[in-house]
Amino acid sequence: MYTQSMDLSREPAAVAGNDAEQAFEARIAADRKVEPQDWMPDAYRRTLVRQISQHAHSEIVGMLPEGNWVTRAPSLKRKAILLAKIQDEGGHGLYLYAAAETLGTPRAQMQQALLDGRAKYSSIFNYPTLTWADVGVIGWLVDGAAIMNQIPLCRCSYGPYARAMIRICKEESFHQRQGFESLLSMMRGTESQRAMVQDAVNRWWWPVVMMFGPSDADSIHSAQTMKWGIKRISNDDLRQKFIDATVPQAELLGITLPDPDLRWNADRGHYDHGPINWDEFWQVVGGDGPCNRERIAARQSAHDKGAWVREAAAAHAARRAARSRAEAA
Amino acid sequence: MNGNAASPADWPLWEVFVRSRQGLDHRHCGSLHAADARMALEMARDVYTRRMEGVSLWVVPSQAIIASQPEDQGIDFDPMSDKIYRHPTFYELPDEVRHM
Repeated sequence: MYTQSMDLSREPAAVAGNDAEQAFEARIAADRKVEPQDWMPDAYRRTLVRQISQHAHSEIVGMLPEGNWVTRAPSLKRKAILLAKIQDEGGHGLYLYAAAETLGTPRAQMQQALLDGRAKYSSIFNYPTLTWADVGVIGWLVDGAAIMNQIPLCRCSYGPYARAMIRICKEESFHQRQGFESLLSMMRGTESQRAMVQDAVNRWWWPVVMMFGPSDADSIHSAQTMKWGIKRISNDDLRQKFIDATVPQAELLGITLPDPDLRWNADRGHYDHGPINWDEFWQVVGGDGPCNRERIAARQSAHDKGAWVREAAAAHAARRAARSRAEAA
Repeated sequence: MNGNAASPADWPLWEVFVRSRQGLDHRHCGSLHAADARMALEMARDVYTRRMEGVSLWVVPSQAIIASQPEDQGIDFDPMSDKIYRHPTFYELPDEVRHM
């Protein structure tokens, strides 16, 4: 259950101790799920709050680059599809905040951490959407990479996170397919449409390849989260899987991926790829990407402008509750 | 999380249950924050049934749910494990008795 209050009904400390720790370790070893009421080590709880809330922030911030094109979608059909996709992203953010809250951290606190810049979100959303083709490329590549990352999370050791991911993965499939289909129709169009798709792919390819995070050797949290069954497949393995799946799709579309070193390696049974510019990655993660400030400013503005709505709804609920109490008396 | 929802940050938490088809049980599917029950229902529709996942919704204040505790699992459920005679497979019947 996604219940925070149930979670706090008995002091977790009351059952902590060696027995609880052993029970936790045994549960992880047996690949059984950990649920909100179960005892868990503080570090496991903190890691999950960090990861799930940052995942939630990514969904919410991820609405912004696509929102940029809602009013300029080329047809009513594409506009309806884009709106549905953006609504899904908002929904995914909510599933994830709810899953994170079961660990005892209120949503408002997590959102404040995003606005203060203490919490991160996926670096990919700090890149701008310059043309309509970017919207298709986000669906095909960004959501494609996200799916690759999220499918193993459906088996995550923490029950509420795993269940949220199952729901999300079902919906992501629509996101990727609509993006690919949109690009396919542009590729069947005019020369300038094809050039627009190629330009968008050129700009997004490397940031997407970086979405899987630093190389395994440089990934500070990986070993522990793998041990805890939160993460199941390493960053580099997921990246390889994504590239292997994407190259044939690019061929089908008729576009070139902007990596001269990209070629099939028969010995490994995988595609080799060129070096990744990790300086750019760390720069964007550190807050200096093309749109970092704009994204947080947009979130802050939405938060501020929504304050009166949140207050009014609470006041309305309080008044209705008082009225129904008076009628009952 | 008190009853009068004084601050917006305190919008209470609701558990959402969806009946996927007429004739089936409502099943828990997640939770959300909402100022009151009507808003919780409206938001549950938007968050959890965007693709015809259901034909009916329940929302329940999370605080109203009383749950058994994990540390009581043994006391609560283990005694049933040695009562295998409660299962139909405990009884061996001759093959001639088919379909019972």
